[in-house]
Amino acid sequence: MNIIYSDALIIGGGLAGLRSAVATAEKGNKTIVLSMCPVRRSHSAAAQGGMQASLGNSKMSEGDNEDVHFADTVKGSDWGCDQEVARMFCQTAPKAIRELASWGVPWTRITKGDRSAIINAQKTTITESEEVHGLIHSRDFGGTKKWRTCYTADATGHTMLFGVANRCAQLGVDIRDRKEAIALIHKDGRCYGAIVRDLITGELDAFVARATMIATGGYGRIYKHTTNAVICEGIGAAIALETGVAQLGNMEAVQFHPTPIVPSGILLTEGCRGDGGILRDVDGHRFMPDYEPEKKELASRDVVSRRIMEHIRKGKGVKSPYGEHVWLDISILGREHIEKNLRDVQEICQIFNGIDPADTELDENGIGKGWAPILPMQHYSMGGIKTKPTGESPTLKGLFSSGEAACWDMHGFNRLGGNSVAETVVAGMIVGDYMADFCLENEIDIDTKFIQSFVDKENDYITKLINSDGKYNIFEIKNKMKDIMWEHVAIFRTGEGLEKAVKELEELYKESLNIKISNKERFGNPELEEAYRVPKMLKLALCVAKGALDRTESRGAHYREDYPKRDDANWLKRTLASWKDGDTMPTLTYEPLDIMKMEMPPAFRGYGAKGNIIEHADSAKRQKEVDETKERLKAEGKGRYEIQDALMHYELQPKFKAPNQRVGVGNE
Amino acid sequence: MSRKITIKAFKYNPLSKISKPHFNTYELEETSGMTLFVALNQIRENFDPDLSFDFVCRAGICGSCAMLVNGKPQLACRTLTKDYEDGVIELMPLPVFKLIKDLSVNTGEWMAAMNSRVESWIHTTKVTDISKQEEKVDPELAQKTFELDRCIECGICVAACGTAIMRNDFIGAVGLNRIARFRVDPLDERTDEDFYELVGDDSGIFGCMSLLGCEDQCPKHLPLQNQIAFIRRKMASVK
Ligand SMILES: Cc1cc2nc3c(=O)[nH]c(=O)nc-3n(C[C@H](O)[C@H](O)[C@H](O)COP(=O)(O)OP(=O)(O)OC[C@H]3O[C@@H](n4cnc5c(N)ncnc54)[C@H](O)[C@@H]3O)c2cc1C
Ligand code: SF4
Ligand code: FES
Repeated sequence: MNIIYSDALIIGGGLAGLRSAVATAEKGNKTIVLSMCPVRRSHSAAAQGGMQASLGNSKMSEGDNEDVHFADTVKGSDWGCDQEVARMFCQTAPKAIRELASWGVPWTRITKGDRSAIINAQKTTITESEEVHGLIHSRDFGGTKKWRTCYTADATGHTMLFGVANRCAQLGVDIRDRKEAIALIHKDGRCYGAIVRDLITGELDAFVARATMIATGGYGRIYKHTTNAVICEGIGAAIALETGVAQLGNMEAVQFHPTPIVPSGILLTEGCRGDGGILRDVDGHRFMPDYEPEKKELASRDVVSRRIMEHIRKGKGVKSPYGEHVWLDISILGREHIEKNLRDVQEICQIFNGIDPADTELDENGIGKGWAPILPMQHYSMGGIKTKPTGESPTLKGLFSSGEAACWDMHGFNRLGGNSVAETVVAGMIVGDYMADFCLENEIDIDTKFIQSFVDKENDYITKLINSDGKYNIFEIKNKMKDIMWEHVAIFRTGEGLEKAVKELEELYKESLNIKISNKERFGNPELEEAYRVPKMLKLALCVAKGALDRTESRGAHYREDYPKRDDANWLKRTLASWKDGDTMPTLTYEPLDIMKMEMPPAFRGYGAKGNIIEHADSAKRQKEVDETKERLKAEGKGRYEIQDALMHYELQPKFKAPNQRVGVGNE
Repeated sequence: MSRKITIKAFKYNPLSKISKPHFNTYELEETSGMTLFVALNQIRENFDPDLSFDFVCRAGICGSCAMLVNGKPQLACRTLTKDYEDGVIELMPLPVFKLIKDLSVNTGEWMAAMNSRVESWIHTTKVTDISKQEEKVDPELAQKTFELDRCIECGICVAACGTAIMRNDFIGAVGLNRIARFRVDPLDERTDEDFYELVGDDSGIFGCMSLLGCEDQCPKHLPLQNQIAFIRRKMASVK
């Protein structure tokens, strides 16, 4: 047995994992990062549109600050988020982006003078002042009051990831790729590291550390249609679940993105709509203003996705061999804009669909030659490993989580575009820093015999799989799971469908324990990899489906046709899932969100259907309190920081809590 | 209209005592818009669960899936089967990089060494206070830096390079492009002398034979030859 010791062990080398590694390494901790693929290939590289941070630099983002960002985020979450975490996040995001700039991320910068932009399908002129020339630019995204999404053309994730990976290289972080964590080592409520399989040699090693972080990204690949990379299988979240001690939060909160291209599912960034692109139906009609007169294409993602599906159900979809879709039209932005700011989008359309999205010509049916066929698909996992605001699991000491793998809970039931890559780096800073301190304060008090028992268990498991001579084929099981999830646990959900899904998934899970493996090699064996991954994925799928079945309301991305109202009276609570060894179904419990502690009590979001809320009595009560406090403190001449603190105090490391400077307003 | 296509894939596991290099041939039904990502997954699921290959983003963004397709290095996820008229496609792993198995090579290890050699990070003496307004950067310089920052480390330029195939310490277009990227970045304080220390020899800038293979194949259309020529002029004048 090989035991590799470190202070900090970080599983996952996307933006969240790498930024956390910077934090632990900066405090002098020996840090190891594990990744299934070379870290610069992580899924984070695929983020195109950008990162939200309330810099307030450009004309269209004037007046932006943490308060506005906070309000957008809470509304976006449909009041499902932890407001303290949302505050921590909004306060730190401008610092995160400024830090990334100093590490060489070539953010698109503002040029002084006039430029033309498309706003609400109209050409408009925007004038930038001399003062902001050379500062970081931002574009519009769904669900935000200000233009807040900072970007590098449409390759934001790529440039951010390379920037952070470069910083890791500079600090000498020990990065090991083609390594997959397949189990956590834990004892008496404390985590000590992971059992890790080398994806080249097939060897199992024990990585033992003072603190362990899971930053393995989302679990989109449990769905048939997803924008996610093929490695987004949720194994990190699953191994946390399998401890039986750590819990997953809000797994039913799954986001569907409105505009992946059909059929490949490759995403066309929200920046397309942010920059002025519009949606059209089978007749070429722009339909979003009919449903959402105020925010139109730029309502939040859950809303736009549902409106598209609703419109298709009304018979307005375009028929194709891959089912029905609608069109995304960015040709109205002009070739120059597309070729500079949406170049990857253009390439995706050209290569995968043979269309040029800048082409403004119409065909004989009045359909634009450059319009791209799109359909909502799975996109983001709001749920994940439940953590405290420090990023540590409340039930498994020494286990941290950040990024999409975590339910840190600033996204609640719907995350806003641009808030995710922002979360990865912000959580990397905050959680990474808490983890660094944990490493400094805690010893590794575990004996090697105990570690050996974990290695043996996993070794036996692999041996058993290789020798398995059961009935079922693992690839078939996987595909069936994906179909079930897409059929019954996607954008529109009903009790009946979910019931069926839960039953079938449980059946599949049992089948996954009775498979036949044809390839008997211990390494270089993709079939074996599926064999140990798929049962883990099925556990996650069951958490999602069961969570959705039991939650008899609609909130954010979780939409129940049989319970269309958001039910604050009964459901303002977080779902917690755990898994007992030997069970075939998760155990669900609930943790209430306390309205009386919220800075922003639940209300209407400002988009989507009105009057669709079953109110909680505390909402009005708390709102009154909030209004009175605000008024009183304003009259006393208090500033916005003091008012905020009186409404809802939150803890944050002083270096991150420091006020953010902005053009024209200083620190105010 | 659908047709049958034939995919011949290289198979070999260098870590196995019994494995011998050979090709396996698979026949499958072509579907519309089929990419090699779709085809290879079908093969794995239906015919050969042992076949190894690397995809991550399957969207031409992450650089994982470069391989030789009928002899040409390119991203497999972006390769449409319909572009092969006779319906026969032969797949081999990228040369230069260490073979892991079948179509999978270790570009990660190679790129990590390249990154440490060119010290692929901003060198600066400035200390940034992240609660203060960011330093201004000329928008055009930011754009120029971005243009060169778009490399996805797919390794295609290396596999397409005569020098890289002959000498294994050659830094390749990808490494030289990285130098060019930090050279234009106004935040990096390194001088041409500093860059010369890193790549001022035959395994660096003077190893390039200007065969243009790199630029012809680069899936991100980076202006590699221009950059290399420019750096070479700069480096030549250092001494
Ligand atoms: C197409 C697309 C576009 C997007 N665009 C935007 C955008 O414009 N703005 C925005 O804010 N968000 C965007 N997102 C969301 C955002 O990109 C992701 O949420 C974010 O990058 C996740 O980062 P992460 O660090 O948590 O995980 P990832 O980047 O997914 O990294 C996961 C890491 O974990 C490793 N790993 C996984 N399992 C294991 C294991 N068992 N053992 C070891 N290592 C493991 C992987 O190798 C990888 O290194 C987009 C998402 C998609 C799908
Ligand atoms: S320069 Fe081009 S070909 Fe070379 S690694 Fe980068 S993206 Fe690939
Ligand atoms: S799989 Fe990412 S570039 Fe091909």
